[in-house]
Amino acid sequence: MIELFGISVSTQPIWLTFKVAVTTTVILLLVGTPLAWWLAHMRSSFKIVLEALVALPLVLPPTVLGFYLLIAMNPNGALTQFLRLFGFEGQLTFSFTGLVIGSVFYSLPFAVQPLMHAFEALPMRLLDAAATLRAGVLDRFFTVVVPLARRGILVAMTLTFAHTVGEFGVVLMVGGNVPEVTRMVSIAIFDHVESLEYAEAHLLSGMMLLFSVAVLMLVYGINRRFAVKVG
Amino acid sequence: MLKGDLSLRQGDFQLESGTFELETTGITVLFGRSGSGKSTLLRAITGLDKHTHGTLYFNGERWQDGKWRLPTPRRDIGFVFQDAALFPHLSVRGNLEYAVRRAPSGGASLNELAERVGIAHKLDQSVTTLSGGEKQRVAIARALLSRPRLLCMDEPLSALDWRAKGELLPLIEELARETGVPILYITHAPIEVERLAARVVFMAAGRIERIETLREALERPDSPLFDEEGPVSVLEGRLGVPNEHGLCAFGEEGERLWLAPPTHSTDGRPQRLRILARDVSLALDDPSRISILNHLPVSIERIEPVKEGRVTVATRTAGGQLLLAEITPWSLARLDLVPGRLVYALIKSVALME
Repeated sequence: MIELFGISVSTQPIWLTFKVAVTTTVILLLVGTPLAWWLAHMRSSFKIVLEALVALPLVLPPTVLGFYLLIAMNPNGALTQFLRLFGFEGQLTFSFTGLVIGSVFYSLPFAVQPLMHAFEALPMRLLDAAATLRAGVLDRFFTVVVPLARRGILVAMTLTFAHTVGEFGVVLMVGGNVPEVTRMVSIAIFDHVESLEYAEAHLLSGMMLLFSVAVLMLVYGINRRFAVKVG
Repeated sequence: MLKGDLSLRQGDFQLESGTFELETTGITVLFGRSGSGKSTLLRAITGLDKHTHGTLYFNGERWQDGKWRLPTPRRDIGFVFQDAALFPHLSVRGNLEYAVRRAPSGGASLNELAERVGIAHKLDQSVTTLSGGEKQRVAIARALLSRPRLLCMDEPLSALDWRAKGELLPLIEELARETGVPILYITHAPIEVERLAARVVFMAAGRIERIETLREALERPDSPLFDEEGPVSVLEGRLGVPNEHGLCAFGEEGERLWLAPPTHSTDGRPQRLRILARDVSLALDDPSRISILNHLPVSIERIEPVKEGRVTVATRTAGGQLLLAEITPWSLARLDLVPGRLVYALIKSVALME
């Protein structure tokens, strides 16, 4: 519990939200980078379909996404059974793992789109030049792609983190509202309002508001700072 | 020696090189109109395009076999792109170090080469502050620092102004000689071919049409190297020291020309002289009371058919070099010019190719 302005709220949802957001960001950076690279350089008309699928969480009600994930992740569902093959025990729904899986899907466009745009803007000749200078694939990625796409990478990380912090629908559907386990900040606020604990709701909402403004300022700052240097 | 048969599809364009065998000493120029497949062929040779298939061997080493290709980083090639393709996030020195760090040791050091190409004073600048010519110098130094066995240059001068072109052409020529690295050079400018080429690969519609030495290429009356300036001859010779009138002797006795001294030292190396056929007149006697200085005794080898009211007469100098003259059909008839006849070629203007 912490106390601010004479109001005390549980720190557990804040800590959980932070953990879910960090985990999601790391996973999406690892998964989203190759996916974005692949999409950025895809010539086939199938690209439109994949782009639409990636962007789906932007337009779909979170409850719809959450509902399908709930079905997929139920203890007898395919996903759970598949993970059992690798020694996974326990269940996906109403657990930390489930929250992370839900968040990864929900925040996918926020990671993939900035990365994709950064990769598309990258002159391929520079990679060709690096290849003729004996740089292998990974060498080229870390010495040419990362430095030139760093703006996109930073924006992707920041937006993914922030968007995961702010999610509600998917988390509620997949994670439920289990105190200490799946109760994230947005759900805690909902709870407080339901119980007419407006003071606590005010405190948490205020914190979220400040956090969001800070993140957006960071994103615009990144865009401005690197636009001049790289562009 | 580069030999193979490559195909590569890029969008609507299809490269089907046909079987080729290419001596790779000195400078080999890939020549053709835009869209003839020069750059595509170079991408296929360098392995930069993964859709390439066919066969390619470099000095007996397998580079391409069916769909299999030796990855570009392991081919030991250097590449100079039309727009230099310098890494914008690195300084000039950073760009050069990128090459040095991945190259086998030995050869010229970074500082020596930077000095040689004239960018030593720019080493710590950002590459974005450089002029087009300077960028291309850095690109050339970077490619050479990677110690390539084959250097590819894709229209390295086409984006530059005439002054930068004039400075870089001799530099490329000298570096080719000093380093001994074989060069594949793409251009659509005949003047660059005439200046640099040991041999020319002519390309059209995605195919290699023919591979010839520069001399052979210029002997053809319909040579693709002849553009709107008409037929051109290239004479080779060494340059003497300026005489009391400030002119230098060029070439051996019997085919000696006089021309203005060059702006840079030639160190007694053979030079090329580019002479437009329309600047060459023919006379039956050697006129003495005339302002034109350069008179060469030549023998007529063949007379081309009349084209657009002009006739190209191919002649040989005493040293066996080809010299083309463009005259009117009327002059041809009036002077009764026929193959085998000895005449004097009067050359109105000559300049070294600088």
